[in-house]
Amino acid sequence: MSVAKPLPHDAAHLHVTGAARYVDDIPTPANCLHLAFGLSEIAFGTITDMNLDDVRSAPGVVTVITADDMPFENDVSPSNHDEPLLTSGEVNYVGQPIFCVVATSHKAARKAARKSRITYDEKQAILSIEDALAADSRFEEGPRVYKKGDAASAIGSATHVIEGAIDIGGQEHFYLEGQAALAQPQENGDMVVMSSTQHPTEIQHKVAEALGVPMHAVRVETRRMGGGFGGKESQGNHLAVACALAARATGRTCKMRYDRDDDMVITGKRHDFRITYRAGFDDTGRIKGVEFVQYARCGWSQDLSIPVADRAMLHADNAYDLPAARIESHRLKTNTQSATAFRGFGGPQGMVGIERVMDHAAHVLDMDPVAIRQCNYYADAEDGGLSAPRKPAASPPEDILDPKKGEDLASRGAATEVRQKPGDSGAEGQTTPYGMAVTDFILGRMTGTLLKTSGYAARRDEIAAWNAENPVIRRGIAFSPVKFGISFTLTHLNQAGALVHVYQDGSIHLNHGGTEMGQGLFQKVAQVAAARFGVGLEAVRITATDTGKVPNTSATAASSGSDLNGMAVKAACDTIRDRMAAHLAERHQADPATVRFADGRVHVGEESYSFAEAAEYAYVGRVSLSATGYYRTPDLSWDRIRGAGRPFFYFAYGAAVTEVAVDTLTGENRILRADILHDAGASLNPALDIGQIEGGYVQGAGWLTTEELVWDDSGRLRTHAPSTYKIPACSDRPDVFNVALWEGENPAETIYRSKAVGEPPFMLGISAFLALSDAVAGCGTQYPALNAPATAEEVWRAIGRARGQVRS
Amino acid sequence: MTLSISLSVNGESLNVPLEDTRTTLLDLLREHIGLTGTKKGCDRGQCGACTVLLDGKRINACLTLAASVDGTDVTTIEGLAQGDTLHPVQAAFIEHDGFQCGYCTTGQIMSAVGLLSEGDAGADPERIREGMSGNICRCAAYPGITAAVLDAERRQSESEGTSV
Repeated sequence: MSVAKPLPHDAAHLHVTGAARYVDDIPTPANCLHLAFGLSEIAFGTITDMNLDDVRSAPGVVTVITADDMPFENDVSPSNHDEPLLTSGEVNYVGQPIFCVVATSHKAARKAARKSRITYDEKQAILSIEDALAADSRFEEGPRVYKKGDAASAIGSATHVIEGAIDIGGQEHFYLEGQAALAQPQENGDMVVMSSTQHPTEIQHKVAEALGVPMHAVRVETRRMGGGFGGKESQGNHLAVACALAARATGRTCKMRYDRDDDMVITGKRHDFRITYRAGFDDTGRIKGVEFVQYARCGWSQDLSIPVADRAMLHADNAYDLPAARIESHRLKTNTQSATAFRGFGGPQGMVGIERVMDHAAHVLDMDPVAIRQCNYYADAEDGGLSAPRKPAASPPEDILDPKKGEDLASRGAATEVRQKPGDSGAEGQTTPYGMAVTDFILGRMTGTLLKTSGYAARRDEIAAWNAENPVIRRGIAFSPVKFGISFTLTHLNQAGALVHVYQDGSIHLNHGGTEMGQGLFQKVAQVAAARFGVGLEAVRITATDTGKVPNTSATAASSGSDLNGMAVKAACDTIRDRMAAHLAERHQADPATVRFADGRVHVGEESYSFAEAAEYAYVGRVSLSATGYYRTPDLSWDRIRGAGRPFFYFAYGAAVTEVAVDTLTGENRILRADILHDAGASLNPALDIGQIEGGYVQGAGWLTTEELVWDDSGRLRTHAPSTYKIPACSDRPDVFNVALWEGENPAETIYRSKAVGEPPFMLGISAFLALSDAVAGCGTQYPALNAPATAEEVWRAIGRARGQVRS
Repeated sequence: MTLSISLSVNGESLNVPLEDTRTTLLDLLREHIGLTGTKKGCDRGQCGACTVLLDGKRINACLTLAASVDGTDVTTIEGLAQGDTLHPVQAAFIEHDGFQCGYCTTGQIMSAVGLLSEGDAGADPERIREGMSGNICRCAAYPGITAAVLDAERRQSESEGTSV
């Protein structure tokens, strides 16, 4: 069977020969036009005059589009209709698109875009968390609060109380393929758009709005992306809409791709957070209560900030059973790029908060950091977690109440109002701070295994001995667990569709709503299809995501790609398979249930046909060989206002041990070794899953160590190229890197009992940050309160704090 | 005045007119010759996605003016395989999962071919990682990339050993 095999990526051969096409590689007609935005040069103010004469007269310029040239919707927001494609009045960040040049070449468009003369009435920009709090500049009416028990009194009566704060920087996606789109005008006003997007349906919706046409007049196709990481969930809207507008205005094919600097200056990034905490512990290290205040810097428009900040709250417990907790979340509006989705979607920030608490408490209580974590874990599911009993949903899932006309319902930013539901979630036993029962916990056992395989205890002693002898180069080691909730928290997005055709020669055409960005989704889903029909993978052709084939799709996001689309494809395949089986069974007067599809053949009674023969018989017998498949995730119920219910179908788990070395004179540091044990359930493809785990870890460690975003006092992003923004290179990966998959099935009924694997491993990188904290803490007696990213400078400052010195 | 240059690309002799003398080798390959396997990641020499071989040495095509490569021999990813037979580095990248999204892959492979012919890294994983650190991979498929280069190095030295 084709599932559970470590097969290479479906496009492997195309990738290594340079034949894999991305949007910018698609052949275009000779008269194709190219677009570039003219950008705001101030962070906040009003445009008082816009002189574009020199832009219009620049060589190669065909036309210039401004907000006045948009007769229909001028909006590219995935949520709150607060993000015009082109602004003509208020300017809200340095880099905001103001006009769009359409020219005969990419260079001509970019050169012309710099010739504008725009005057502004500049106002005081709100840039920092402090600025935003002082001005009460925020999304939603006030902070959101989720509560379990009475945290304040639990902390008040605890033996040990710690408090502190941590700054957690944002992160640039740095997908190697920048944002890109291509629009081809069709007859009758229709538009075909090729877009490097994780969310073709949203592109279709926004383009249709901008052109003033129904969604049926726009078709969006996405074959692959050169990396997404969340940065192509909503940030591709601008380019696709601009291309469609220009294509309609000129009647010509129009293409836009951001130059790397423009990409970094214009597009949103991971939300940076400040988290303050207060927690009470007893002498054994058991937490009694904890309070978090999470401040998220959301940038100028709402984008996906509400669900991101919600998910940060939902991961404030990580793997720990908190008897009492209060989580307060502020979604602050600032004059910077609109922060957006990024692998983990707020989860990583929330998780860093509680891991900091554990790290801080272990220091104060002088406990082993692993022991304090273990004693606060949720209890393991008894039998490995198989089919843990679950209460039925207490109330209908969250829905949009009276969706507004034109609302982009397929976006994660769509939840504007929710139905209030009576009663609690009805969960029993150990519950999260939002009242969801944790029934599939396995980190107790996983931790035991990983500590053994990584030699944690012996290495901790060995490192202590090294540090006693070596005052300059100090080493540190840390363990951290991950428990990550799987499902879109906006419940209605947890659905997917697929379209499968079997041709009369037995070849299979496969399509589904998920997009391929390197994660291997297409291969995994093709493995499912091949397994259902009992054929080899070569019989299955995976085709580009296409809004004309599968409609109303959700973004390929929230790690849900394989879970949702795998199930939808299975449903479609099974429909066709059942029809073929019924036809053959009738022919042989056999029971359809006895017809077997295996090894490229179809077995019925004593007879056996090749799959191609069976397909041909079915065709000649006038049996439909085409089917759609549909799936919706069961057992979800979530009220995001109260913070109560069951937002997740299940949890994915992982654990990591990282060892680092720090030069205490300069703060320079490197990762020496990482050991990871990760839970992908019954993996659909171990090779692809291990790739996700390795890559996620390195990307997560990069976020917390070298990747620093710097804005100056005027709101200008100073780190807008790889020269100033340091993502991990080949030489930055751990010297020793051991990655293993946990052997186990998903107790939830997912596709072949596998688990989602896109985002969870990202948070394993937190162990690298904690290892640095460990190395730094050893330099003195004070808790160093390391901030993220732990750049060499920050590590050097933290060494000073550990020694009771102030360094700036 | 239009400048015209002569060069060999993947063994084919070409004469290309350059309307703009500031055209980079990368744009020449992608936009004039239609070889889109070489990618534009940052267009400023910092990501390595545009790596090609110029007279056998790896360079960033985005930092190289087309006018300066007159009379040279350029090899791109499209010229690496011999017909249907993949170059050993290409085969090793598939075998060791040396990529995810694939966008940096062609640059990684060209860089690896250059690194191996430089002969400095040998079979030392640390030197290979250092030698490949000019090619960034945001998916961080670095374990696979390192394993692929090591494996290709091994195959290459074995075949050199047998051919002597």
